[in-house]
Amino acid sequence: MTEVTPAPASPAQERRSLSDHLREIEFDPRMIGMVAALAVIWLGFNWLSDGAFLSARNLWNLLVQTASIAVMACGMVLVIVTRNIDLSVGSMLGFVGMVVGLVQVRLLPGVWGFEHPATWLVSLALAIGLGGLVGLMQGALIAYLAIPSFIVTLGGLLVWRGAAWWVTQGQTIAPMDSRFRPLGGGVDGAIGSTASWAIGVALCIAICGAAALIRRRRKRFGFVLRPLWAEILIAALGCGAVIATVMMANAYALPAGIARRLVEAKGGTWPEGGLFISHGLAVPVLVALAVGIAMTFLAKRLRFGRYVFAIGGNPEAAQLSGVNTRKVLMLVFGLMGALVGISACISTARLNAATNSAGMLDELYVIAAAVIGGTSLAGGVGTIAGAMLGALVMQSLQSGMVLIGVDAPLQNIVVGIVLVVAVWLDGVYRKRLS
Amino acid sequence: MSIAEPADIRDTHPGQGTPLIEMRDISIAFGGIKAVDGASIDLMPGEVVGLLGHNGAGKSTLIKILSGAYRADSGTILVNGEEAAIASPRDAKRHGIETIYQTLALADNVDAAANIFLGRELLTGWGTLDDASMESETRKVMGRLNPHFRRFKEPVKALSGGQRQSVAIARAIYFNARALIMDEPTAALGPAETRQVAELILQLKKQGIGIFLISHDLHDVFDLADRITVMKNGRVVGTARTADVTQDEVLGMIISGKCPPAAVAGPGALRGA
Repeated sequence: MTEVTPAPASPAQERRSLSDHLREIEFDPRMIGMVAALAVIWLGFNWLSDGAFLSARNLWNLLVQTASIAVMACGMVLVIVTRNIDLSVGSMLGFVGMVVGLVQVRLLPGVWGFEHPATWLVSLALAIGLGGLVGLMQGALIAYLAIPSFIVTLGGLLVWRGAAWWVTQGQTIAPMDSRFRPLGGGVDGAIGSTASWAIGVALCIAICGAAALIRRRRKRFGFVLRPLWAEILIAALGCGAVIATVMMANAYALPAGIARRLVEAKGGTWPEGGLFISHGLAVPVLVALAVGIAMTFLAKRLRFGRYVFAIGGNPEAAQLSGVNTRKVLMLVFGLMGALVGISACISTARLNAATNSAGMLDELYVIAAAVIGGTSLAGGVGTIAGAMLGALVMQSLQSGMVLIGVDAPLQNIVVGIVLVVAVWLDGVYRKRLS
Repeated sequence: MSIAEPADIRDTHPGQGTPLIEMRDISIAFGGIKAVDGASIDLMPGEVVGLLGHNGAGKSTLIKILSGAYRADSGTILVNGEEAAIASPRDAKRHGIETIYQTLALADNVDAAANIFLGRELLTGWGTLDDASMESETRKVMGRLNPHFRRFKEPVKALSGGQRQSVAIARAIYFNARALIMDEPTAALGPAETRQVAELILQLKKQGIGIFLISHDLHDVFDLADRITVMKNGRVVGTARTADVTQDEVLGMIISGKCPPAAVAGPGALRGA
């Protein structure tokens, strides 16, 4: 077109607020709000508990307790982004956990005996496969038979809880395989200080490398670049969080008795004054971290993720653009199920037992985590990192209240109120933005 | 009721040769109601055909069959003289048929590049989304359509009506369309933006792209279309060269189904008129 009338500049382009500046450096202001809320909660509980909350021991346990919900929240983000909901995750966790327990404790030992080195791997693969299958099944009902997800998964909530009981007629199965137990954390599930530092350094290198790679690519295309200070600040914040977490995990010492056994098992002698041996990062936390990174990659860098968000924004548009919306929807539920499988392993291993009540009410915590983390129930909006932070906020509230001795009924009341207020504040913020 | 012979329609062609698109005897019913009933239309390369009719006349439905959104109950679609099976939007795009929907069909929560390449993303060698390339291509094509457009990073929800329209048009023309369907392309636009769309249509016409233009606005259609096809109650009333008919005559076709002498009557024409 040769002749074009200049369009009047829109008011948004002229007015420059703080959030515009933040957007320019591509930093989500809501993420800052979440981190600030977390800081307030942590500092508040630390003050109320006379410094016990921010101890290495408490934080280490807090992260371990968050892992299971955080893993499932990653999947729930995608489910909610497509304008759906999954109410069955808690029951599915119970069912998958029971089946894994049964196979691991009663079936596999009959095949290759107790404590076989492959038992834990078979268990994990089975859990992911079974969870994925259950999810795909529910997804097929939702996508191809057009039954509302609320109904399908409400049915699933009852069906899978019942099925969990059915597996062993309500019996609890224990104990778990010793190579499986580290998935739940505990002393066996901590990787020690050296490995923790190695992972921490690798993560820092990855953060800086990715930032540099993206910047070089944008430069080659001649796009506007973030200011260098912002780039460095963001990378530094990321690396700082990683290093702080590693230092925290390493500051939490193994109990003397266990440390002593460990030293003596390696043929060493236990020194007179005791020895400081670090826990290091916990396996379930690393699993959750890996899931979070993989899911972020899937959501941001793969076609599948792009389709999930497009469907959430406008299902009809996605379909008219040639996206197979039904298949994508079914796969989203399948993915949710596979993540439930991972969480089932984490919680079964942590409990060192499979019980049919495992995962009770988890669906509500998972949904709450995703929503507090900025996932919009209207669909189309949400981030994996936000949901994981949301899970951490929820768990911080609960752990903190336990620590300062709040009565159990009051804990639920507080969590419920916080959820409602968080969503209200998010709505207010969103309205001001648009 | 007789069905218009394709030969009759060809008489009104501006030139000779194989039509780019030919829809023959298309019918579709929703719950017993025949939304389109034995409709035949065609389109030559570099031609603009205006499709007119009241709301519910069946023009949008007919066009959605061509773009793959609906499947016809009966009838055939020919692209360059060869029968084309169009069962999905993907099939239509494979045949070079692109559509700008009245609703624009944009995913509001993602940016312009994600919308333009939705379903046809550019990938890196690793199989991941190549956002940098897509943004770069988006800058090029948007630069042609709307040189003042700067908001590449924002979700299209934040854009003005005209900017959103530009994104929808960019998505249709970026992939070298042979035939373009524009469903009420100027309904949401101001006068300046409407003129821009008109200029774009003329420019695309010069490149040999055939365009179906669906509109309520008789003036628009008379200014831009080479031929006009009028539909009423799911049937084609008639087809005429724009130069051979007056606006009053076309209005008569739309309102009463009366086919003027210069037009080739279709199955929906008023009998004995």
